[in-house]
Amino acid sequence: MNSLLVTDAVSKKFGDFTALNGVSIDVPKGSIFGLLGPNGAGKTTLIRIINQITMPDTGRVLLDGSPLEQHHIADIGYMPEERGLYKSMKVGEQVLYLAQLKGLSKQEAQKRAKYWFDKLDIGAWWGKKIQELSKGQAQKIQFVVTVMHNPKLLIFDEPFSGFDPINANLIKDEILQLREEGATVIFSTHRMESVEELCDHIALIHKSNKVLDGEINSIKRAYKNNIFDIGVDVDSAAFAKAETTLSQKFNCAPATFKSLGNELKLRIQLGAEGVPNALLSELQNYGQVTHFTEVIPSVNDIFIQTVNENL
Amino acid sequence: MSVLSLIIKREYIARVRNKSFLIMTFLSPMILVGMVLLISYLTQLNSHEKRTIVLVDDSGLFGNAFVDTEDTGYLMLTDQGLEAAKIVAKNEEYYGLIHIPKREGNLLEGVTFYGNETPSFGLVESIEKRVEKKLENLNLLNQGVDLVVLETSKTNINLNIENFSGEKSSKMSNWIKAGFGGAAGYLLMMFIIIYGNMVMRSVIEEKTNRIIEVIISSVKPFQLMMGKILGTTLAGITQFGIWVILGTVLLTIASLVFGIDPSAASGGAMSGEAQAIANDPDMAAQFITEVGKLPLMQLVFGFLIYFIGGYFLYSSIYAAIGAAVDNETDTQQFMLPIIMPLMLAIYVGFFAVIDNPHGTVATIFSIIPLTSPIVMLMRIPFEVPMWQLALSITLLIGSFIFTVWFAAKIYRVGILMYGKKPTYREIFKWLKY
Repeated sequence: MNSLLVTDAVSKKFGDFTALNGVSIDVPKGSIFGLLGPNGAGKTTLIRIINQITMPDTGRVLLDGSPLEQHHIADIGYMPEERGLYKSMKVGEQVLYLAQLKGLSKQEAQKRAKYWFDKLDIGAWWGKKIQELSKGQAQKIQFVVTVMHNPKLLIFDEPFSGFDPINANLIKDEILQLREEGATVIFSTHRMESVEELCDHIALIHKSNKVLDGEINSIKRAYKNNIFDIGVDVDSAAFAKAETTLSQKFNCAPATFKSLGNELKLRIQLGAEGVPNALLSELQNYGQVTHFTEVIPSVNDIFIQTVNENL
Repeated sequence: MSVLSLIIKREYIARVRNKSFLIMTFLSPMILVGMVLLISYLTQLNSHEKRTIVLVDDSGLFGNAFVDTEDTGYLMLTDQGLEAAKIVAKNEEYYGLIHIPKREGNLLEGVTFYGNETPSFGLVESIEKRVEKKLENLNLLNQGVDLVVLETSKTNINLNIENFSGEKSSKMSNWIKAGFGGAAGYLLMMFIIIYGNMVMRSVIEEKTNRIIEVIISSVKPFQLMMGKILGTTLAGITQFGIWVILGTVLLTIASLVFGIDPSAASGGAMSGEAQAIANDPDMAAQFITEVGKLPLMQLVFGFLIYFIGGYFLYSSIYAAIGAAVDNETDTQQFMLPIIMPLMLAIYVGFFAVIDNPHGTVATIFSIIPLTSPIVMLMRIPFEVPMWQLALSITLLIGSFIFTVWFAAKIYRVGILMYGKKPTYREIFKWLKY
């Protein structure tokens, strides 16, 4: 696999507190990589190490195959969880300044700034001070600042917090487009459901350790348990009997999904040997099958399961 | 453009555009000039008021000892007796009354000043002097000494001072040197206190704006610190320059328009020697030659190096303080390490250096980095050996760079530590980045 970023057994201690304990992740080129874990797991420390804000005690970080050096800052765009800009500085000057700090020439910075301000339709803010903008508007500027120098690697820490749903969607689309154009994206979040749909690779960090990583679909495949949610429209007379029979035959639990009717809803665990089609044929004997879905574990489910297993 | 110059430029513009900076820049000289005008006006008002002092001389010895001066007139009321004279003085609102009782033998005791308010120190002294002088003369006459002979035998010696290579100097040159050094030292202290604080606030700015992580993922903290110190310094120099120019222009205009001599305001504070120079053309000429004899090149370079170096060192300490705290209210407790050496330097300067410019105390404090800028500035006019200058400058620059580096470390550690104290081993690790 062609990796853009590799961390190799990175550890970091703050005093007696271990923030990271031998964390290795491998971010493939062009992927959207979810760095997931609860608050305080060590995600931000890892990101700061990647950004050379802090240094690992042991382990190393490779960007595009070479160990991190000062010049790599130009290849990374980082939007920290703590958003912030110079409040009394004008938007335009600020964007140009921060882009130049990342190594762009002034002309280039102006060109890119114009592109982004046109694209997001925020040209009118150019001469305003940040303190005159709303929080969401400032977040947009923050996003522009993060992506302006066209970095190979984009890192977003809790990217959608603070955006309203419309802007969150807008930013999501921009990020997806940047990925199309070749950027690699790392999302860090403790709200696992929020970026689950976007990520193609994930790493789960829990209590300073990486507990799981890999391609999201293969993880899910590995964690799925041959479970199906079924719905069957059964006559009210035969309802109780059908439920009992099915419960005796299969490992059943009540299922909750939305539907219009009052059908029999069950979550059936087929087990390793079970054949879904056999189940489907069986169900047809009781009535009209209205619902038949494989239950794919959410990242959250997987995470909880993994953490419990590792206890 | 390099990252450092980008930061310097931003800092400079951010400082200079700041509203309070602009207001201070243009308001301060006006306030200053206004104050000078007010003081000189009041001084003139004060000196135009002539006060009258009643004299009751029961001894009969001081008939001509108290002569009217420009601002004090004496009224002899011996005939009326003490009690009556007191009433007169009170009713007429005279400044006061001096009562000299009868003399017993060679002693004169119980000379008393009556008045509504306590007389000034100067007045008390002058009355005492006059009475003493008169009594001394009387005593001398009694002993058979001819006062004329005594007067003509008085002499005034001015010690010539010359070093072994033949360069002459004088007491006045020492005075000029001390004056120059003192002024330079004081100026530096003011500059440090005003603009050091500005550096500190500018360092805290990234934290209050929460932009710290964005910045620090783009530039090294050392570059950031350096840029902030240099940018703020340039803004400070700009402001100082405007103050000097504007102040001079305004003072000139004011003295032309109002016809008030600003130097009158400082006249009271001027030492006797300075006034003597101002009044005596010979001494004024000597003053100019003495100034010409000062090691001017060494002075100018010394001033530049120590002013800039000293300011940088202190502002880097201010930066370190700013790096360690999250907001300005937390900075108070850290001010002592800055104020203490500054005060110490000023005291050493004014006592040890002027007393003995090449003594042990002066030499040591002019080499220790924190006190060296001020103490050495004050020593330079007295010509300092080259090796001491070299050592002191090297230490100064070294400790400046060390402090900026240290501030940068604290800064980096500060955002990451969440209130935990970093270990020494960890601080050592920051070194590599």
